[in-house]
Amino acid sequence: MSRKPYIRKISTTSWWLKRPAYTRYMIREFSSFFVGGYAAVLMIGVRRLAQGREAYDAFLVSLQSPLALTFHAVGLLFALYHTVTFFGASDKALPMQIGAEKVPGKLIVAGHYAAMVALSAFILVLALWR
Amino acid sequence: MSDKIIEIEVLRYRPEQDAEPVWQSYKVPFEPEWVVLDALNYVKDHLDGTLSYRWSCHMGVCGSCGMMVNGVPVLSCHVFVKDYYPARIRVEPLAHFPIERDLVVTLDDFMNKLQRVKPYLIPKNDKPVSEGEFLQSPAELVKYKQYTLCINCTLCYSACPQVGLNPDFIGPAALALAHRYNADSRDGGQQLRFDEIFTHEGIWECTFVGECSVVCPKHVDPAGAIQQTKIEATKDFFKSLLMPWGNK
Amino acid sequence: MSGRSKEPIFWSLFAGGGMLSAMTTPVLMFLTGLAVPLGWFAADTLSYDRMMALVHFGPYGLIGKGALFVVIFLPMWHAAHRAGMSLIDLGVRGVKPLIMTVSYGAAAAGTVIAVRALLAV
Repeated sequence: MSRKPYIRKISTTSWWLKRPAYTRYMIREFSSFFVGGYAAVLMIGVRRLAQGREAYDAFLVSLQSPLALTFHAVGLLFALYHTVTFFGASDKALPMQIGAEKVPGKLIVAGHYAAMVALSAFILVLALWR
Repeated sequence: MSDKIIEIEVLRYRPEQDAEPVWQSYKVPFEPEWVVLDALNYVKDHLDGTLSYRWSCHMGVCGSCGMMVNGVPVLSCHVFVKDYYPARIRVEPLAHFPIERDLVVTLDDFMNKLQRVKPYLIPKNDKPVSEGEFLQSPAELVKYKQYTLCINCTLCYSACPQVGLNPDFIGPAALALAHRYNADSRDGGQQLRFDEIFTHEGIWECTFVGECSVVCPKHVDPAGAIQQTKIEATKDFFKSLLMPWGNK
Repeated sequence: MSGRSKEPIFWSLFAGGGMLSAMTTPVLMFLTGLAVPLGWFAADTLSYDRMMALVHFGPYGLIGKGALFVVIFLPMWHAAHRAGMSLIDLGVRGVKPLIMTVSYGAAAAGTVIAVRALLAV
């Protein structure tokens, strides 16, 4: 009997719709467009700042446009999804061991959230400090 | 035997008569304690002796009976019929592998990938047997023990979309195996393995989808092994960039 | 067997930017994109004068400018890597070098713009 192995083709464009885990992965990857988009907003803000008071004030006004507000509202959700997925995977990428005992993964993940909360609080205090 | 029935649909492929795989349906008695493998064994014993599939231990340690059940790569001895009943069960050969016959896939490529990562101890300081054993503390053992548990069932290759999109990718199990040796305190062969795995078809094809670790029946966590290897690769890259005088 | 990749250069930026953006992007997007524009915080929280004080904080403004630079630079390169890879995941495989060149090129251009602005401010 001769061998005739059969190769199954998979769709390179729609594979990620076939399983919920794959779809969640693509959403996670997609969050990078908003994270990058916001970095670009900050970059533009700094550029306007360098261009002087009028340019910067106009930038602040543009942040109030419906498009800007929508981008930041939707982007914030995607940014939080990035945070949750990034921290969720941190115990796999950064395992820790004390002697012969493995540090529980939940502790490593919790440590990341603690740092995030502390840093966020610090930034808010800085912003609101009078 | 129970009078309840469950339908099992299997993707058949007989190279001597089929141009393409075809679905074939079997009506199998529903027994509450059966795993899917038991249902397949019933088919082969009573309904259709031509059905071909691999299996051996029937207890989740040999890694032979991997197949897709309702689109998810599983060990057929590990999943219970009652968890699908009364819905129909669809069984296919493991995804991302060529089909040899029925549920039997061609694993030559996988075997080559395993061998490429030099899956054996290359002692850091070799010594003759007369000088005694290599000593290792419990703490040193914990660093790599998890990665020794792989049973080569290749469910991770079927779960990984990057394996599907790029068949050249060395893949989760082979990279977890490389990590098993790289992290072993007795081993000194890291740089040799790095030449094989710090490549585009090695660790850098992985985008940390993480499904490999989800489907692994032995909780090896190949995804974690690969991410830790990426960190190692980064440290190694910058060390040789900034301190090239170190010996390779 | 293609030889050792230079990927660590981009991956380290991806990982560092991923960590930084996971920690700071939500609060910053909330602050600058919602709280201030919608008036939940005082309107002058991000005023020209306060921002100028920030970018001149520390010797030669290094602390203020450094913080702003890092918070733009790392997430930008993280996003360039991930966005490029996600387009490749969507099937644009044959042109991987092109996609990544465009992604990293955009991040490089953004870096130049940010650096020049911070030096000029």
